[in-house]
Amino acid sequence: MEKPLSKHIRPGSPPLNLTEYLQAGGYNGIHKVLKEMAPAEVTALVKASNLLGRGGAGFPTGVKWSLVPMDKEFLKSKYLICNADEMEPGAFKDRYLLEGDPHQLIAGIIIAAYAIQAEKAYVFLRWAYKKAEALLRKAIDEAYEAGYLGKNILGSGFNLDLHIHSSAGRYICGEETALLSALEGKRGIPRAKPPFPASSGLFGNPTVVNNVETLSWISHIVENGAEWFKSLSLTGTGGTKLYGVSGRVKNPGIWELPLGITIRELLEEHAGGMIDGYRFRGLLPGGASTDFLTEMHLDVKMDFSTVGAVGSRMGTGTMIILDDRTCPVAFIHNIERFFALESCGWCTPCREGLPWVEKILASVEEGTGKMEYLDILKFHTKYLGPGNTFCAHAPGAAEPLQSGLNYFYDDFVKHITEKKCPWR
Amino acid sequence: MLTDEEKKEILEEVKHYPSPSVACIDALKIVQHHRGWVSDESVKDISEMLAMSNEEADSVATFYSRIYRQPVGRNVILICDSISCMIMGYGLLYDYLSEKLGIRFGETTSDGQFTLLPVSCLGDCDHAPVMMINNDHFNNLTIDKVEGILNSYK
Repeated sequence: MEKPLSKHIRPGSPPLNLTEYLQAGGYNGIHKVLKEMAPAEVTALVKASNLLGRGGAGFPTGVKWSLVPMDKEFLKSKYLICNADEMEPGAFKDRYLLEGDPHQLIAGIIIAAYAIQAEKAYVFLRWAYKKAEALLRKAIDEAYEAGYLGKNILGSGFNLDLHIHSSAGRYICGEETALLSALEGKRGIPRAKPPFPASSGLFGNPTVVNNVETLSWISHIVENGAEWFKSLSLTGTGGTKLYGVSGRVKNPGIWELPLGITIRELLEEHAGGMIDGYRFRGLLPGGASTDFLTEMHLDVKMDFSTVGAVGSRMGTGTMIILDDRTCPVAFIHNIERFFALESCGWCTPCREGLPWVEKILASVEEGTGKMEYLDILKFHTKYLGPGNTFCAHAPGAAEPLQSGLNYFYDDFVKHITEKKCPWR
Repeated sequence: MLTDEEKKEILEEVKHYPSPSVACIDALKIVQHHRGWVSDESVKDISEMLAMSNEEADSVATFYSRIYRQPVGRNVILICDSISCMIMGYGLLYDYLSEKLGIRFGETTSDGQFTLLPVSCLGDCDHAPVMMINNDHFNNLTIDKVEGILNSYK
């Protein structure tokens, strides 16, 4: 089984430096692209590979690139941004790639920037990723020294400047347009779409924002082709995926596996099943903003469309397990408190609705809830859902709540009738 | 007044952007790096240096959770209170730290040694529970482990 993304990652040891990376053939893709391919050919190749964005939304990467205007007049003012602001509770895959193989990411950034003809690229990095920041800075310095970044890269005439912006907190900055606001030195508030960043992004210029895992794929696709990429997955979607499991399992961790393996395989074979004495009750398949799945979904394949078909989202592919000794109401309350705190405050449903949801859940958890509170919660899952808010923050928050109310309804009721949390 | 060193570092960041105000967040972080927190006076100094209004700089400074607008202790302990760490028992670590240091979330010990704050997911959920002290990351925490870590910062 091929593991292109993690083949050079040696947990516990430093990542490959540039010399080692070159010896392993790491930057071959850059040479190939700059010498043999026109920008449009690179975009067409990525489009043909059907690489779906690994940040959570699963938008086709090549399509995103193809929306960028390629007229000469835009040449000096386009931007390629790597979204490394991983902060979704339960997600820890980008950190693994950033710390494990920074040159793989840089190679992807260089090729992606060439494809859209951007001369400036930024990595928007989570403030807490101090180790990743140090390793990435070192790798970028090496790439500049060797002529892979800067002016006239490998004599191709293509220039690229790459800079790290280390953020100052707030989950919302991982949202594509809020990230742009934050990178412009403003409050990290999302923007209305359209216009999409591809036509009007950073400083009003054409911009592509891609996730770390997405960009880490690019050089591999360039070197091995679209058909190779497609053949890696079990479902035809394309590629492997970094999957993670956290919670009360025997072997929590992260694994690169073919896209489309089942939840059961991930949970039982790789994560080792539940710790003895704990029983599985449910899971969030791809971070805190995804709908619960339960025992009946264990044979669902982990890819974007299949998880979508059963009412959830694959999201980041890093799942959080709910066990029988953790109160589902406390679990959901924790998540909603996070979303309430992290709302940027720009639009009313999110700013006012999420704190209300949080307070109601706190009350139910404390044993002071009433049955009508459950209707208020249900109402909010619709009111905060898609179409009512500026960005996907509140709809994301509504997902674990709506499915939690559905699958763990009896547990909510028990809190209310017994006037206490049965888990305390 | 910003020090020469702070100004130099801020100008270094400004170079990477098309206009000075874009470096506002970097500037706030630089000042905080040197002083531990960002006062109203520093916000004003930054706004003047970056050609933005004081209110504009203040709106940025108050938005980001990792910009401290009040003095903090010499060491800032950030305990992750997000879902995976909740499942894995961050609450016990908080109870231990809170009792040991005699402070709750948001407070600083009277000797100015430690500030205790909650933090959202630190992206290390397979090694939960986790915390940071200043720039250092710690995972797979137990009370024994936290006790040892705490002593190394005293």
